[in-house]
Amino acid sequence: MVQYLVRRLLWAVVLFLAVTIVTYVIFFLVPANPARLAAGQAATPERVALVEERLGLNDPIYEQYWGFLKRLVFDGSLGESFVDRSSVNDEIFRAAPITASLVFGAMILVLVISVPIGILSALRPRSVLDRVAMTYVLLGISLPSFWVALVLSYIFGFKLGWTPIAGYCEVVSVPQAANCGGFGDWAYHMVLPWLALAIVQAGIYVRFVRAEVMDTMTQDYVRTARAKGAPERKVMKDHILRNALLPVITILGMDIGLLLGGAIFIETVFGLNGLGGTAIRSIGQFDLPVLQGVVIFGAVAIILFTLIVDLVYAWVDPRIRLT
Amino acid sequence: MTALLEVRDLRTQFQTEDGFVKAVDGVDFTVESGKTIGIVGESGCGKSVTCLTIMGLNERRNTTSSGEVLFNGEEILGASGSRLRSLRGKEIAMIFQDPMTSLNPVHTVGRQLVETVLLHNDISKAEARARAREALKEVGIPRAEQRVDDYPHQFSGGMRQRAMIAMAMINDPKLLIADEPTTALDVTTQAQILSLMQKLQEDHGTAIVMITHDLGVVAETAHEVVVMYAAKVVERGTVDAIFTAPQHPYTWGLLGSLPRLDAEIDRLAQIPGQPPSLLNPPRGCRFHPRCAYVMDVCREKVPELMGVSHDAAHEQACFLDEETKTREAARLFAATMAAGTSG
Repeated sequence: MVQYLVRRLLWAVVLFLAVTIVTYVIFFLVPANPARLAAGQAATPERVALVEERLGLNDPIYEQYWGFLKRLVFDGSLGESFVDRSSVNDEIFRAAPITASLVFGAMILVLVISVPIGILSALRPRSVLDRVAMTYVLLGISLPSFWVALVLSYIFGFKLGWTPIAGYCEVVSVPQAANCGGFGDWAYHMVLPWLALAIVQAGIYVRFVRAEVMDTMTQDYVRTARAKGAPERKVMKDHILRNALLPVITILGMDIGLLLGGAIFIETVFGLNGLGGTAIRSIGQFDLPVLQGVVIFGAVAIILFTLIVDLVYAWVDPRIRLT
Repeated sequence: MTALLEVRDLRTQFQTEDGFVKAVDGVDFTVESGKTIGIVGESGCGKSVTCLTIMGLNERRNTTSSGEVLFNGEEILGASGSRLRSLRGKEIAMIFQDPMTSLNPVHTVGRQLVETVLLHNDISKAEARARAREALKEVGIPRAEQRVDDYPHQFSGGMRQRAMIAMAMINDPKLLIADEPTTALDVTTQAQILSLMQKLQEDHGTAIVMITHDLGVVAETAHEVVVMYAAKVVERGTVDAIFTAPQHPYTWGLLGSLPRLDAEIDRLAQIPGQPPSLLNPPRGCRFHPRCAYVMDVCREKVPELMGVSHDAAHEQACFLDEETKTREAARLFAATMAAGTSG
């Protein structure tokens, strides 16, 4: 077990290096001058040269990368923004909770929607319910998330006025200037973003749960359970679901990791200034340190949740031993 | 005295996209308390479906059954779900072909045994666990106290089948249906499992329906034999009658295709052709396209099960004259005996 964790950790380091190096290389392949953007349109060439010098952009790539690594490892710092010299750590710590609120809330909703529908669909294939569910699956997979988000905010936010259209409220440490805060306001503002992300994501999960349950229902041990005289509820709960939902854990963990890097469309539509927004802004401004910060956060999230999935798997499925 | 299980004119059909498949087409047999009946036939002849129908375990959506299944005189075909559940695992237990997949991989063996106990008995979990340990001991699982907390994947194939048998026998059922219980096991394990089942039968007085395609299994365990071909019973009798004086050409084929150690042969004897499709079975006798003794009448009329003249308990469904049958049976028996003495 300890050996397994150590090995996973080493892999995470390798993955981390690969991801950050690729980001650096891509950044420097793009023909644009971050110093020019940072210095402003009116800046003289001398000023731009000064900014280049200050930001260390004249050093070779590998020296810049080495500097970045040293700062990260020894100071735990992701550096400072090219644009306004603010701390990247602060920016990530500001934006990550917003994205995390969106992702975790939406994924809980995804499970709440998809597990019951998937089970019912599997129990009655080709029934009316199943056909409706499969149509929903198709829509969920096909519809772009920003479109769903816009439609929801138009109907529920604008026409019916049931929910806010945009914005985010802090739960704890509410700033003085904020006009809303606390758990109630937070949830109230998150309802539409959660729904939008969940509606799109849940389609695939319904399909997946349905397929897994149908497959598990034909297993011999399910027949054994019935032959013992177990009632259908118990057969479903103790014998089908535990086996059928195992693979769902895998994709759930991977999706959470992936989305934590920023659900850009949903965040943009609902004016949530999360990691997605941060990433887009930093790309537009050629703000490498900030972009690198988002990339690292996303990579760590994926690594962490894949590890969590593996640990949960080993705990739920006795056949799996982590070695 | 009424028989423990009486199956009369049992018919089961599945609705498929291509039409109706008559998987069981008019099957009759009787199981007496404490006796073993062997149901023999090729894959797909309907022997498994017959037993699933008795248990009420067929997929309800696309299956229809008719006929009578009397358990202790009570009609259980089409009985309510709750009545069937109270019988299953308690009065009638079943074990399956593949012990590797018949136990739930995510629960311990003990938990699955305990579940069976608690479903039918109003006792505490601790008592149920004690029974589970006893049951595992009785089927010969070494160190049952510890192994009860193992998961199925920690058991070997033979041990898993022992665990399945323990689970089936734990509520002391009157009838045990065993669907090819030894097919997935290696030969030495097969023998152990069969003798375990016989021992349990003697100790508990359980009647057994032994489904198999292996005549060796039948010869060792069964008192009576039902030979099925293409959803119908073609011959039925005591194990002695079937082995010493088989009457149906299909039974001859089954007996003739047993591997022999005495004769130097290049190929094993086989019944030519394939089992027929039950979607569209042959007219007349269903065996006629593969039968070496086929006559015109076989292609037109369906033979009924009829008693053999000198043995009323022995029934067969073939138009051949008795003289030919007796001669062929004697020839086959002589060959088998020769194999027995020299082998």
